[in-house]
Amino acid sequence: MNKTKGTISGINGNMISVEFDGNIIQNEVGYAITGDDRLKSEVVKIQGNVAYMQVFEITKGLRVGDAVEFSGEMLSVQLGPGILGMVYDGLQNPLNELAELHGFFLKRGVILDALDFKAEWEFTPVAKKSDSVHAASVLGHVPEGIFEHKIFVPFNLQGDFKVTSIVKKGQYKVSDTIATIENDKGDKHDLTMFFEWPVKIPIEFYRDKLVPKEPLMTQTRIIDTFFPVAKGGTYCIPGPFGAGKTVLQQVTSRFAEADIVIIAACGERAGEVVETLREFPEITDPRTGKSLMERTIIICNTSSMPVAAREASVYTAATLGEYYRQMGLNVLLLADSTSRWAQAMRELSGRLEEIPGEEAFPAYLESRIAQFYERAGLVEFEDGTFGSLTIGGTVSPAGGNFEEPVTQSTLKVVGAFHGLSRERSNARRYPAIDPLDSWSKYVSFIDNKPIQYAREILRKGNDVHQMMLVVGEEGTSIEDFTIYLKSEFLDNVYLQQNSFDSVDGATSPERQKYVFNFVYNVLTKQFNLKEKDEARNFFNKLRQLFIDWNYIDMKDGEFKKQEAKITQLIEENSDNAEGV
Amino acid sequence: MQKVYNKILSVTGNVITVKAEGIANEELAEISTSRGKSLAQVIKLDHDIVSLQVFAGSQGIATNDEIRFLGHPMRVTFSDDMLGRIFNGSGVPRDKGPALAENLIEIAGPSVNPAKRIIPRNMIRTNIPMIDLFNSLVVSQKLPIFSVSGEPYNELLARIALQAEVDMIVLGGIGLKYDQYMYFKNTIEEGGAMSRSIFFIHTASDPIVEGLMVPDLCLAVAEKFALNGKNVLVLLTDMTNFADALKEIAITMEQVPSNRGYPGDLYSQLASRYEKAVDFDDAGSVTVLAATTMPGDDVTHPVPDNTGYITEGQFYLRNGRIEPFGSLSRLKQQVNDKTRDDHRAIMDGLIQLYAQYNETEEKRAMGFRMSEWDKKLLKYGKLFEANMMDLSVNISLENALDKGWEILAECFTPEETRMKTDLITKFWPEEAK
Ligand SMILES: Nc1ncnc2c1ncn2[C@@H]1O[C@H](COP(=O)(O)OP(=O)(O)OP(=O)(O)O)[C@@H](O)[C@H]1O
Ligand SMILES: [Mg+2]
Repeated sequence: MNKTKGTISGINGNMISVEFDGNIIQNEVGYAITGDDRLKSEVVKIQGNVAYMQVFEITKGLRVGDAVEFSGEMLSVQLGPGILGMVYDGLQNPLNELAELHGFFLKRGVILDALDFKAEWEFTPVAKKSDSVHAASVLGHVPEGIFEHKIFVPFNLQGDFKVTSIVKKGQYKVSDTIATIENDKGDKHDLTMFFEWPVKIPIEFYRDKLVPKEPLMTQTRIIDTFFPVAKGGTYCIPGPFGAGKTVLQQVTSRFAEADIVIIAACGERAGEVVETLREFPEITDPRTGKSLMERTIIICNTSSMPVAAREASVYTAATLGEYYRQMGLNVLLLADSTSRWAQAMRELSGRLEEIPGEEAFPAYLESRIAQFYERAGLVEFEDGTFGSLTIGGTVSPAGGNFEEPVTQSTLKVVGAFHGLSRERSNARRYPAIDPLDSWSKYVSFIDNKPIQYAREILRKGNDVHQMMLVVGEEGTSIEDFTIYLKSEFLDNVYLQQNSFDSVDGATSPERQKYVFNFVYNVLTKQFNLKEKDEARNFFNKLRQLFIDWNYIDMKDGEFKKQEAKITQLIEENSDNAEGV
Repeated sequence: MQKVYNKILSVTGNVITVKAEGIANEELAEISTSRGKSLAQVIKLDHDIVSLQVFAGSQGIATNDEIRFLGHPMRVTFSDDMLGRIFNGSGVPRDKGPALAENLIEIAGPSVNPAKRIIPRNMIRTNIPMIDLFNSLVVSQKLPIFSVSGEPYNELLARIALQAEVDMIVLGGIGLKYDQYMYFKNTIEEGGAMSRSIFFIHTASDPIVEGLMVPDLCLAVAEKFALNGKNVLVLLTDMTNFADALKEIAITMEQVPSNRGYPGDLYSQLASRYEKAVDFDDAGSVTVLAATTMPGDDVTHPVPDNTGYITEGQFYLRNGRIEPFGSLSRLKQQVNDKTRDDHRAIMDGLIQLYAQYNETEEKRAMGFRMSEWDKKLLKYGKLFEANMMDLSVNISLENALDKGWEILAECFTPEETRMKTDLITKFWPEEAK
């Protein structure tokens, strides 16, 4: 095919205008050529014979008159075995391999294959000669980590085909031909174990998209018990800087009961990714016995990396997520931060001189956000199996004020809202999810009634607290005061959780059920506390014992002993202490 | 091949346009005007119309002034001879020393590959309890001091620079008041650190655009020294002036502002500077401390707000003290588990109690009766402020931790402190048991 060529006629930041001759496609990739460097770019607007392209690299040194080569392909990723455990930039460039070749710095214009073309995989065929197949039909599988990585008929082939040949079980490289297929027009395709797919097009090869129901356990108590996330659902974590969005996503990426976790570090600090990058290979996933890295993919386009690639990075992440979902897995995509992605769109829109909306964000911000979260979902495949992609995104609102376009557009489409508050993070009440403002449309794994009761205590406790700030403690009845102490107790021992402790950092569903039930009994109990100081002392002691309890492994013998101590303290102060 | 042009098409703000061909994006040019020579940098190309920002400002530019394109982007010299020297925002000496022109390096180079970064691991001790105990500073951290103008943020920067155990100090002044510049110079000289320092100074009276280069100059030089094994501390004061210079250029270029006049890429612009902070495995490091003044003491102002989203924490300086709330070192957990068993618990415990003290203090101010508990908190708050927050306190971390236990024991019973029982057994002062 004859590829279209063009020349640069203008440069404005990372945006170039290119006069071209021939045909091009919206979102087509092209390369701006300066010296020995080929700078990857994407067509974002076409007007007459001028293409506006965002350059995925620094444009320093580019000149008017420099050549641009179009590729004929939309911005795509490579899909095939060997993606798990990888660390990619926003365009699926493997960062470890780049580091080996070029050392400390990200050299401009270097593009490497996302997959390892030298590695061999043990392919087991499933399809047979003369089977009818189409896009996304399974040809066979290879083992990858603890999963069977399914090898599909490439998603971009249209129509029905027959398998004309397929290889026997054995060792193959991703680029080896493993099958040939042919349609009734006689079009033949040699199939390998990998293919490419454009990142901005959702992968939708399933029979049905279902309503997410089953909870996705994160092992963070306030989330699982009060504001749950569902497999195939969506949620967002807005919060001012430093409120704990990233730490919350980090513990989630570690402990969430998903098969695969994709971390999209989008326009945030490089240092934060490094923690994951260095620590995950060392951590054993208790559910699989293998290193956590084997179930993790990191897309890392941090804040000083090119802005246009940041815009692409969330799509790259979503595409990889959909690909693994297609294998019947539960995938969790964590994007930090979607605001940086939105800002990348804003920068682009500004350079295109589009009419700006609120806070200079483009008018299509809301629909882009909706489309992104729409890529999540619980789906049922033709063979009756299921897969899910769950998306959780952090939002970094300007000034910490949720009344801004990105937060508001996100809240309209997600299924759960974990709002972090400055007040709580300042008071070191971590995770700083505001229990009064947050919500979830998904159903908790714990019964609704006690949860509603606990939330009621939180609300009332807050009312009493607010009132006490006005009328003082002496103007508050002992009943109200006890409600306040109960709400503080619930907050301190259950909602708050020490993410950095090896035991308290993750609470299994089983333990959550057990402990929540215990807490619920305290909340409903009548205590024989007559004086406020007495009441405060009692709850101080109770909290102390309980926090110590939170730090004891449930399998440890001490667990029951500590529980007995707490029970005893409660009995001593209950209304029915003597008698029954 | 240097091209010379002498037809300026437009002058708007500090941006001029000329008709020229074959010019590269971000290339430098030299303009000769009646006021002397100034550097300018290409910021936009549209066919043969080239827009340049003029470092010395556009005052006095004549439409027939001569523009010579230099064929390269902004560069800076790099050598050991820079130590003890003072340069301006264009990288030209502002002391009386000789010009340095050998070994030129490009500024604003590529990012470090995240895969080559390592987890920060070394604490920088400052002997300031509000830092060492509550918000430990870590090698390779990027951290601003948020304050209103008038607070002693430059004094704090200078003190940290002198007390920190680093190999080199690179000071970048952006819109620095002359007396503050002199203050830094004298303090660093008196502290005996000038011979391991390099200054890039843009003062309040210098042309605004020239300040734009200062962070990149400092960071490019610091990065090179770090690659050669040096642990470098970069001080940038004041980054709000830097952001304001960006704003001015953006408005001149008729970019749609996103928030209070600042350009939509403010975040990316600031991030590309701060992210230069790094700890190179097997080599040195770059740590960045900046001053960010908050117009109107408003932390939601776009400059501190965007900065907070980029940096690894911040120190709030208010009423001459580092505020315990809001101040945060996000890297502290990388180091504060390797100091002493009780470090984290004391850090959290003291702050939670101080938060309660603040509530009580509010109630007291409103005239409410104080309970026994309130009275304890009031006593605690005073002791905490005097022994921990006061900036004149200059003690080691270990002494500060001991002090923390003393204060607790003076005010509370062990279980009122919420400390884990095993720590109480180990650290609760004997006399109080
Ligand atoms: N669960 C937690 N337990 C203890 N400390 C926490 C917790 N969450 C956050 N922190 C503290 O707050 C700091 C900031 O948290 P984090 O980096 O997650 O904030 P963020 O909301 O992602 O901020 P930004 O928007 O600037 O990225 C952490 O470095 C840590 O010191
Ligand atoms: Mg974060």
